[in-house]
Amino acid sequence: MINKKVADVTNALKGVEDGMTFMLGGFGLCGIPENAIDELVRLGVKDITCISNNAGVDDFGLGLLLQKHQIKKMISSYVGENDEFERQMLSGELEVELTPQGTLAEKCRAAQAGFPAFYTPAGFGTEVAEGKETREFDGKMYVLEPAFKADFAFVKAWKGDQAGNLIFKGTARNFNPCMCGAATVTVAEVEELLPAGSLDPNQIHIPGIFVQRIFQGGKYQKRIEQRTVRQKV
Amino acid sequence: MLDKSGIAKRIAKEIKDGYYVNLGIGIPTLVANFVRDDISVEFQSENGVLGMGPFPFEGEEDADIINAGKQTITTLPGASFFDSATSFGMIRGQHVHLTILGAMEVAENGDIANWKIPGKMVKGMGGAMDLVASAENIIVAMMHTNRDGDSKLLKKCTLPLTGVGCVTKIVTNLAVLEVTEQGFKLLERAPGVSVEEIENATEGRLIVEGEVPEMSI
Repeated sequence: MINKKVADVTNALKGVEDGMTFMLGGFGLCGIPENAIDELVRLGVKDITCISNNAGVDDFGLGLLLQKHQIKKMISSYVGENDEFERQMLSGELEVELTPQGTLAEKCRAAQAGFPAFYTPAGFGTEVAEGKETREFDGKMYVLEPAFKADFAFVKAWKGDQAGNLIFKGTARNFNPCMCGAATVTVAEVEELLPAGSLDPNQIHIPGIFVQRIFQGGKYQKRIEQRTVRQKV
Repeated sequence: MLDKSGIAKRIAKEIKDGYYVNLGIGIPTLVANFVRDDISVEFQSENGVLGMGPFPFEGEEDADIINAGKQTITTLPGASFFDSATSFGMIRGQHVHLTILGAMEVAENGDIANWKIPGKMVKGMGGAMDLVASAENIIVAMMHTNRDGDSKLLKKCTLPLTGVGCVTKIVTNLAVLEVTEQGFKLLERAPGVSVEEIENATEGRLIVEGEVPEMSI
C-alpha cells in the first residue's frame, strides 16, 4: 500500500502558489471541496485560474475566493446566482471562459486519461467554436477541444482510505472523479478517512493511483441552494 | 391558449414507454408531473442521476442529492448516480431519447438561442450546448412571444446561438409546431386559438396544410 494520507489541509495544500491553475469539483454547492477552499482563502494565493462548473454563491464556495479578489480567471459552464461574480465579470476584473458542461467534464477526463484533445459536437456553429478547429465525421460537424492543464485538482469524496481510493455519494460525485489525476497534484478531502483494507475494492469509484494526497475533512456545511420539498398528504 | 402547465401537459404526450428523458429548467421540469403512469420512463439530470423521483418530504432533504436546477430531489427504485463525464457520455452518445428544454428564440431552420443576452445576461450555457448538439429528438417548451409581445419563432435568431439546426418540435402556449426544411409546420392549435392568431405571432415561415386540429390534452 502506498500511503497518500496527509495530516491536515495545510499539508495537503503544500506547494500551492500565486498564478496557478486549480480544478475544483462540485456542481453548484454540491460536492465542493469546502476545506480546500477555506485553506486557499487563508493562504491568500492570488491571480489563480479556477476550473469549476460553477462559481459558488456570494458567501460560500468559490464566492469566498471571489470576495477576496484571488481569482484571475474562471473556466465554468454556468455562473448564475452570484452577484459579486457578475459584478467582477462586467467590470472586467475577472476573466471568464464559459465552456459547455459536457465539454468541461471531458476536458478534465481527457487530461486524466492522457488525451491531448477530442472532438465534440457541442458548440459547433456558436461563439464557443470561434477560432477552433472543426471537422466533419459521418456528415456531422465537430469542434476540437484540448484537454485541461492544471497544477492542482481539489476534490471532495464521501469515503476514502489511506491508499487514496475514493467513494462518492449521490450527485456530490459530479465533476470530482473526472478531475482526479487530471492535474499535477490531486488532493482529495473526505468525510470519512479509513485505514487501507476498510473499503471493498469492488465498490471503489476512483482508484488511489489518481490521488496524490488525501486528508480527513471537517466542519462540512453542505449548504442547499434550492431546498424543494413536498407536503405529506 | 395554454398556461405553462398546459404546455408541460401537452409535451408529456410525446414521452413514450421506455424513454430516457432529460428535462431542462423551467416549464420542462413540470413535464414530469404529467407523464402517464402506465408507461416506464426514467428522467436523467445531467449533474449525474438517472431515475429522478419527486421532491423529498420536509425533513428528508439530502444536500448530496440534487437535480441540475440545484433543487433537492429523491430517487426511484432502479436509479443510479454517475460522474459528469459519464452523464454527458449518455447525452453525446445519444442514449437519452428525448431532450426537453426552454428557449429565448428558435429559428425556422431549427437553430436555438437560450444562453446569453449580450450586455444583459451572461449566466452560461450549462449543459444546453451539449444537449442540443447531440440529441436527435429535441422539443422546445416556451411561450410563443416574449414579454414585449414579439415572436420567439423567427426567420433567424438574433441572440448568440446555443446550437444550429437541432430543434425538432416546439410546443408553445399557442401551438405545436414541427421544424421542417421549409419552416415551422403547424401541427396543432391550442384550445381556442385560431390559425390567424398563430400566424400573427410567428415571424418565421409558417406552413399551414389543410385543417389544423385543436390539441387534446
